Amino acid sequence: MTVSASVTGARTAGDDPGAAASAATAAILADTLHGRERGVVVDSPPGAGKSTLVVRAARELAAAGRPLMIVAQTNAQVDDLVDRLAVADPDLPVGRLHSSDPAAYDAALDRHPAVRASAKIADLAEQAVVVSTAAKWAHVQGGAVAEPWQHAIVDEAYQMRSDALLAVARLFERALFVGDPGQLDPFSQVGTEQWAGLSYDPSASAVSALLAHHPGLPQHRLPVSWRLPASAAPLVSSAFYPYTPFRSGTGPGDRRLAFGVRGDGSAVDRVLDTAADAGWGLLELPARHTPRTDPEAVAAVAAVVHRLLERAGLTADERGTGPAPLTADRVAVGTAHRDQAAAVRTALAGRGVEGVTVDTANRLQGREYDVTVVLHPLSGRPDATAFHLETGRLCVLASRHRHACVVVCRAGVAELLDEHPSAEPVQLGVDVRFPDGWAAQQAVLAELSAHRVPA
Amino acid sequence: MTLLATLARMEAAAAGRARPLATVRHRHLTDRPLVLVPLTTAGEAGAPLGALLGTDPEEPVLLTVAQPRDRDLRFRFLAELADVMLPHLESAQDEVEAVARRSGEEAELCRDAPQLLVPNSGGVAFVRLLGRSMRFRRTAEEDPDTPYPAPARVPLLGRWLTHYGERSRVPGSSLLLAATDLLTRHWATGQSALEDQHLGALLGWLRADGPGGAEAALRAETARDEAGRLLVPPAGPATDPAFDNRVLAPAVARYDAGVFGADVEIRNALAGQLRPTWDAMWEALALLRELPPGERVAGRWEGDRWSYTAHRDRLRAGEPPQPRRDDAVTAARKLAARERDQARLAAQEALDDPLVMAARRLAGEAFSGTVTEVRPAYSTGRRPMPRPLVTLRTDDAPQLGAGTKVWRALADGRAQPGECAELPGPGLVTVRLTGGMGRGKEPAPGSVPEPGEAVCWTLFEHHPRGGPDLPDPEDTPWTHGGPPGEARPEPPDPATEEDLL
Repeated sequence: MTVSASVTGARTAGDDPGAAASAATAAILADTLHGRERGVVVDSPPGAGKSTLVVRAARELAAAGRPLMIVAQTNAQVDDLVDRLAVADPDLPVGRLHSSDPAAYDAALDRHPAVRASAKIADLAEQAVVVSTAAKWAHVQGGAVAEPWQHAIVDEAYQMRSDALLAVARLFERALFVGDPGQLDPFSQVGTEQWAGLSYDPSASAVSALLAHHPGLPQHRLPVSWRLPASAAPLVSSAFYPYTPFRSGTGPGDRRLAFGVRGDGSAVDRVLDTAADAGWGLLELPARHTPRTDPEAVAAVAAVVHRLLERAGLTADERGTGPAPLTADRVAVGTAHRDQAAAVRTALAGRGVEGVTVDTANRLQGREYDVTVVLHPLSGRPDATAFHLETGRLCVLASRHRHACVVVCRAGVAELLDEHPSAEPVQLGVDVRFPDGWAAQQAVLAELSAHRVPA
Repeated sequence: MTLLATLARMEAAAAGRARPLATVRHRHLTDRPLVLVPLTTAGEAGAPLGALLGTDPEEPVLLTVAQPRDRDLRFRFLAELADVMLPHLESAQDEVEAVARRSGEEAELCRDAPQLLVPNSGGVAFVRLLGRSMRFRRTAEEDPDTPYPAPARVPLLGRWLTHYGERSRVPGSSLLLAATDLLTRHWATGQSALEDQHLGALLGWLRADGPGGAEAALRAETARDEAGRLLVPPAGPATDPAFDNRVLAPAVARYDAGVFGADVEIRNALAGQLRPTWDAMWEALALLRELPPGERVAGRWEGDRWSYTAHRDRLRAGEPPQPRRDDAVTAARKLAARERDQARLAAQEALDDPLVMAARRLAGEAFSGTVTEVRPAYSTGRRPMPRPLVTLRTDDAPQLGAGTKVWRALADGRAQPGECAELPGPGLVTVRLTGGMGRGKEPAPGSVPEPGEAVCWTLFEHHPRGGPDLPDPEDTPWTHGGPPGEARPEPPDPATEEDLL
């Protein structure tokens, strides 16, 4: 995220998080439906009700009779959004524009009678709302549609690249851009330094290109995270959103995690008890330089997940529906690299654990679980590259959970950070990111060290 | 860096000599490349100090600037540079072949393209800088009022160097290459990537018969004579500070004072700094020529020939020099093309080279093995098409799940698509072929592997396609600032006080 001088919608309405969130939403909808500017930008911290906002804005725009297109970044996001729209408003005619590949969209959408799926935009001309990925929208030819859509909602706009927006922006008149500035920036496999600092740098995020050309657009912020528990919101807010703080929608004690089976005294069980109690747990392995797929760390991650499910966890939350069993589908493992995820999957399969999501930070963006187990991006590394220091990567990994997060890491990360201060070249005209990955890593590490269990 | 590349580095460090990273040459080398070893003046980024260049290892052309801050001498150097380089850069313009475009019309394609080689990535950046500093200059014919008219061919050389510099950013291109990039693509040393930018040190690892690469590299980097000068001068464009202070600066001072023979002294001193790098360049070339070219290298070189031809056509059409900055659409188009070329290069290098493929297999991005069973199967639909199930035994651990798309190279260069149907057991993978079998009800002969056959499937596409069409620059949308406005030739750089002595 960049330092932004004035952010509207951040006024708190007393101490009631619900009221603060409602006030922000009302201001966003007023600007979207009745504002004069062609664009509205909404920054949403993790779990702040971004999807709810998109669904609500879509329904109100449709109710106002404005043809709407929605741009999301992945097919999974599109399917999820279409499903939410159809559940919220079963009569709303929604179009799901998809690619011509086999199984291009989630067949579960077919159960909604008002949802129509097609690979051709002409088939969806009658739908009030049409949803697709940025990549598919870019293939919609100007000639295939009579005139541009009056309105667009661009979801996960901070993960969208500027060049992707360039390819689709001709399709709409006005747009609401929604996204989380703290998550992973878009990237390119090839060098893009020659365009650094240009307002339309094709490798920058869609929002940075938009705001570079239209600095006066209204910018709003959702002030309350409904996902993160009271134990996590202050840390994530101060470490990753130091200039745009947010708070948790729940108070201390509203979320509880307990185990039906007592701990056996092992390090794995003790770190689980710590995490259940404090919301954070750090299982620290002895310092060592290792390959990326560190067998001991991978085994430790698998052991934590295994015991987490074996000990019959029960969760209770502010909804007050009584303790619910913690099942495998409510648990995720996050890693920095795909080969690490593959190694963890293999280790879990070896222990007979099924149904747990194991993925990289990139793929966990936008997802939510009750408990997450994270293999620290710097664990066992001899160096700290820009990739591993990237703020967004750690932010995604540390902000997916509703109850607790267990981090598995080799000792020595603090020393590693001290030896590798951020040394990226400064480019003219490029906003400096605050906080940098180095500072964010230190902040998270400081909090975790209070919940440390040596393996 | 792949795990195999890390291993090769560790082996190189342990053995004291470079280890191969490739079994074939992955870049095109022309028969007569133009080698350019440039030097720049310390503290004056755009002021060339000298250059050794040419196509004959025995007869390099030496160009020097006695006082690098003197604008007239700098222009004279650039004019001489143009006299040597332009005949080479223009040498392939007229030998053309007619090629049918996809649209049906015929187009001219130059049969070859001149190649430019520099020692390191600093040299590539310097070529870009030279291009940037020359292409907006005006000659006296173009503008009689220009305060410092450039010699006639200097702006033209600027446009060529700009084109070569920009092309070198395209992954897999070979118009402008750095020797250190070429060598590190094909061999791993036991030193860091930063140290690999030192051509002399890099060659130390490659020359070593037995252990001793590390010592040779250290000597190349740090050994100095009694006067404190480096024994192996840096490969440019920056010079050795000790040389600057103890040799160059006094000689330039003598030249400024009008001492007779000072210019010859400077010339000889620069020749001594340039010659070792010149010889190292040809040594590096000889090493690279020992590797046979990869099968798909010529195909990528054709892309370079198209690029060369297109630049020739723009010059002949009298178009203005390349703009200082890309507009929004051009930048996005370039990025999309380079990302496609990067994916294509990675795929082609793996297909051309079993050692590169081994690294991809180790990363779980490809798997090879022996076919154990082939079961005929058909698609369900109005017209059933063959979708045979091929099971193979592999020792690799690909990152596969049901439905993962895979490809394999057919003998004719096409890629046969398939998808992972199931993983029937440890070390077994069943692939459903989904194409590349002709249009008939039965697969075309030879299009389905037989039991016992060794096959290699990749999880990456062999012919990655580019993204969607972007709008034309005049249709740039409001989110990106709208159309860039009327295109007009950019004015030359204004003269500033710092430019003048």
